[in-house]
Amino acid sequence: MADFTRRKFLVRVALPALAIGLNPRLVSAAQILSVTRLPRAGPGPVPVSLLVNGKSIDLQLEPRETLLDTLRDKLGLTGTKKGCDQGTCGACTVHVDGKRVNSCMTLAIMAQGKTVTTIEGLANGDELHPMQRAFLEHDGFQCGYCTPGQIMSAVAFVGERRPTDDASVREWMSGNICRCGAYANIVAAVRSVAEGTA
Amino acid sequence: MNPVRYAKAPSIAEAIATVSAERDALYIAGGTNVLDLMKLDVEEPALLVDITGLALRTIEATPSGGVRLGALATMADVADSPLVRSGFPVVSQALLASASPQLRNMATIGGNVLQRTRCAYFRDTSQDCNKRKPGNGCSALAGVNRMHSVIGTSSHCICSHPSDFATALLTVDALVHVTGMSGNRTIPIDELYVLPGDRPDIENVLQPGELVQSIELQASPHARGSAYLKVRDRASYEFALVSVAAALEIEGGNVLQARVGLGSVAPKPWRAHDVEAALIGKPANATTFDAAARIATRGMRGYGQNDYKIPLTMRTVRTALGLAGGIA
Repeated sequence: MADFTRRKFLVRVALPALAIGLNPRLVSAAQILSVTRLPRAGPGPVPVSLLVNGKSIDLQLEPRETLLDTLRDKLGLTGTKKGCDQGTCGACTVHVDGKRVNSCMTLAIMAQGKTVTTIEGLANGDELHPMQRAFLEHDGFQCGYCTPGQIMSAVAFVGERRPTDDASVREWMSGNICRCGAYANIVAAVRSVAEGTA
Repeated sequence: MNPVRYAKAPSIAEAIATVSAERDALYIAGGTNVLDLMKLDVEEPALLVDITGLALRTIEATPSGGVRLGALATMADVADSPLVRSGFPVVSQALLASASPQLRNMATIGGNVLQRTRCAYFRDTSQDCNKRKPGNGCSALAGVNRMHSVIGTSSHCICSHPSDFATALLTVDALVHVTGMSGNRTIPIDELYVLPGDRPDIENVLQPGELVQSIELQASPHARGSAYLKVRDRASYEFALVSVAAALEIEGGNVLQARVGLGSVAPKPWRAHDVEAALIGKPANATTFDAAARIATRGMRGYGQNDYKIPLTMRTVRTALGLAGGIA
């Protein structure tokens, strides 16, 4: 290859390297080839530390265990409910780092280093959270199975500072299904807290 | 669900090296698709590589006026981003019409564009599915196919692609930046996906271990004048029957530039080039939009229960063009 000059070589090799040096997002093939593959944990039980409702807890969990199953079966926090177990119903809603999420679709091992809050962590001793009181006052449930998830979702909704008209509450609470159909009272309860009239 | 091993990746290079070298390894971030399919035994990875510790969550303006979305940005992050809402309304609207607030707090946009079909036969291991088991047959062809595709199908697969977000990306000329064992490359969103043909198990052009790092939205007048319309069985928290992303640049009453994406009618987010061609240079009015909407159904065929999607596509395109063009 007579025309493969030193200059061409530098352009082909050095310029991409320079681009990689300037842009931390770009990763070179050489970088990937030079690293060792990651150590891995499991599939049997491995140490997992969780911070749930302000308490730090050390557990032995299989990597496949969900946060929902861990809360209910390992920590006895059965307020968080298992409805569909596939992210469809919202009964398992908890807060992770302050955001509402489906605990059935979360691996416990991936919640390490994060702050988990469940329905049991909402009240201040015997004093109910305003959203819990509002659900009682507005009769926002019948059988109660979806209620912990509804309340956790509603508390997060208020923190998100969305519009609080009926249509907005219905849209932003749509990740929580109530098969008893207590929606009218749920919307009233959520609005009362969101609008400061609870 | 099968037992699975787990590794948390401290760097992009280590994540890619690990997943590329190991058969049956999957990346996991939001987990809303991977974990769901693992519970159904549709995905049976031996190793999950957790990429949530990687610095890929930033949403930032690009020098050319676009927006670069880190692949680990959540659907909620992107939907609420002022940069996205002002320059790319179709993207924000599509995300807010997707899933639930909880799932949008979890699911990442990198995972969203690579999510698997919601076909009930794909998700049920007791049924025949060529995507899950090539050569096994397709139960949807003569089955419950109300949610299935009317264009881009093959005799091996008629699944539909469920992503609202990816449908919207078609209309803002999005670029997908990926990295793998052979380095970095950029893939226009419409070139990321492949149609099922006789290999429905192959859904995109990514190599094993290739990782989406970011998705770039390119600024344009049509991106600013865009809208998303999703038709579904219930008003919220439901997959689309038909959805349309429309982006129009209108000047002096004429359409200068147009992009139209169709969702949930094809095995990939479907760019309607012939609809776009029917709009460009024409007056932005009801007559033009009606004519363009009729063109949207060219080449479509139903499989029985989903025949309704063909007229519904026409009407949804018509209404979405009106929304994008401000003459709804």
